[in-house]
Amino acid sequence: MDYETIIGLEVHAQLLTGSKMFCSCNANYTEAEPNSHVCPVCLGMPGVLPVINQKAVEYAMLSALALNCTVSEYTKFDRKNYNYPDLMKGYQISQYDFPIGKHGWLTIDINGNRKQVNITRVHLEEDVAKLHHEHHYSRVDVNRAGLPLMEIVSEPEISSPEEARDYLMKLHSILRYLGVSTCNMEDGSFRCDANISIRPIGCKELMAKVEVKNMNSFKAVYQALEYESRRQRKAVKEGEPIFQETRGWLDEKGETVSQRSKECADDYRYFPEPDLPPLIIDKTWIAKIKEKLPELPEARKNRFVAQYGLLLHDASVLTGSLKMADYFEECVKLAGKERAKAATTWILGDLSRLLNASGTGIGDTKVRPEHIADIIKLTGKNTISGPAAKTIIEETFHTGKSVDDIINDKDLRQVNDISEIQDLIKQAINDNPKAISDYRAGKEQALMFITGQVVKATSGRANPVAVKEILIEELGGK
Amino acid sequence: MKLSHEQVKHIARLARMGLSEAETEKFRSQVSAILDSFEVLNQVDTTDVPAATHSIPLQNIFREDEAHASYPQEEILANAPEREGSFFKVQSILE
Ligand SMILES: [Zn+2]
Repeated sequence: MDYETIIGLEVHAQLLTGSKMFCSCNANYTEAEPNSHVCPVCLGMPGVLPVINQKAVEYAMLSALALNCTVSEYTKFDRKNYNYPDLMKGYQISQYDFPIGKHGWLTIDINGNRKQVNITRVHLEEDVAKLHHEHHYSRVDVNRAGLPLMEIVSEPEISSPEEARDYLMKLHSILRYLGVSTCNMEDGSFRCDANISIRPIGCKELMAKVEVKNMNSFKAVYQALEYESRRQRKAVKEGEPIFQETRGWLDEKGETVSQRSKECADDYRYFPEPDLPPLIIDKTWIAKIKEKLPELPEARKNRFVAQYGLLLHDASVLTGSLKMADYFEECVKLAGKERAKAATTWILGDLSRLLNASGTGIGDTKVRPEHIADIIKLTGKNTISGPAAKTIIEETFHTGKSVDDIINDKDLRQVNDISEIQDLIKQAINDNPKAISDYRAGKEQALMFITGQVVKATSGRANPVAVKEILIEELGGK
Repeated sequence: MKLSHEQVKHIARLARMGLSEAETEKFRSQVSAILDSFEVLNQVDTTDVPAATHSIPLQNIFREDEAHASYPQEEILANAPEREGSFFKVQSILE
């Protein structure tokens, strides 16, 4: 019997506000001393009054709109009750039945096949404290508690680990374009949990759903879901039960292991948060937020194709990251629109290779758009050769030196003035009598060979086209 | 409304409390009695009364996104039953 995989994803993104969700403690805690960004509100002391951070609400509205959600006219906060040491109050302020946004969607793209994945809801909640587990106890740092956290829940409509990864990358890219979150997966500002189950194809009922946690990269999400879909198929085949449970992904072992048994929604005993009045979001407010929507990755990709004549695939890679798309457009601004394709080739080719090999982000490299623009312009004018350009970008990558300085330091200027290399050409003709007679006998390749010898003698500085022209002339025409 | 033995055990688990069999029985009758008292409210006819989530008719109360100084670390940790350096120290949760 054939089985299909059903995946739903829950993403938590920390919002990039200056202060926490319900108190004015500084939200930038990454470098802070433990428990130094804490006040009675986020410590959950009795009798305190939380107050909603307006910017966090507006960031969630902006995200909801970008994800094609309906923004709720009426929304409120609720208490989600559970006991765990990362939760100071014994409840988390979250949203239950009236989330900020609902019924949205985003488009994924697997090998050119587009698919719409529906988004159930976008809601706001508060982050919890960070636990450092020791052998018999845990250390608690409350700095993270109370940070604004946005949860985005997809419908269980994702049918493979590939689709799950693409969904996440698309969502990540959109949130980065909006500037509402740093979306850093390693430091946990963008986290993903997955629900995964399998069922016989054609069957409408869902089988036991397994929740997978602890996936800290796109790759980990892909691998964990791949592992889990195989594990479940194997269990079914061998007649073993699949339990509804939470499993944690162990990156180093490459497997998922059973964690705590899952509490169900009833166990959380949600009820309206009495300390926070509800929010009424009117049309004027929504319109105001809508105006702040920037050009999103999908639209930018289509514009790159139309405006610069790029291939769809190239445009897709360039616009996948906001920084890379900005970098590209900066190059084009400096080098001219007609050189957009050359800029794409350099960015997706040599530059990406250097970045990937060293694990550098495009925002942190010493190769600036000015360098790329200079390289393109100078190769276009035949001032430098292709191989020289590769040397230059490599050198810039390591030193950040200007293109001009590298050309002068390394003597990379292409020689277009034939008088400078006339002697070398004569020398090559004398040294290669066999090739000359081959050429005279009609072998075109022999000419390429001698040209190559001359270019080599100038350490790649001679312009091959010019060398070839003068060779033909010297050999008495064709 | 009489709670079952299992229901009391379940509630205790959610609260991360370990109850002996005798304690479970003791709380079963006590919590059941509390629920019975609240049952009185169900005698009121609320057919035409809209669900109330808040007692004061307020809406859209916000603060600007401005960060202010938090409390001094020592004050925050002052009530900690146990601490290690500048961390709170708590027991590991056993499932
Ligand atoms: Zn605080």
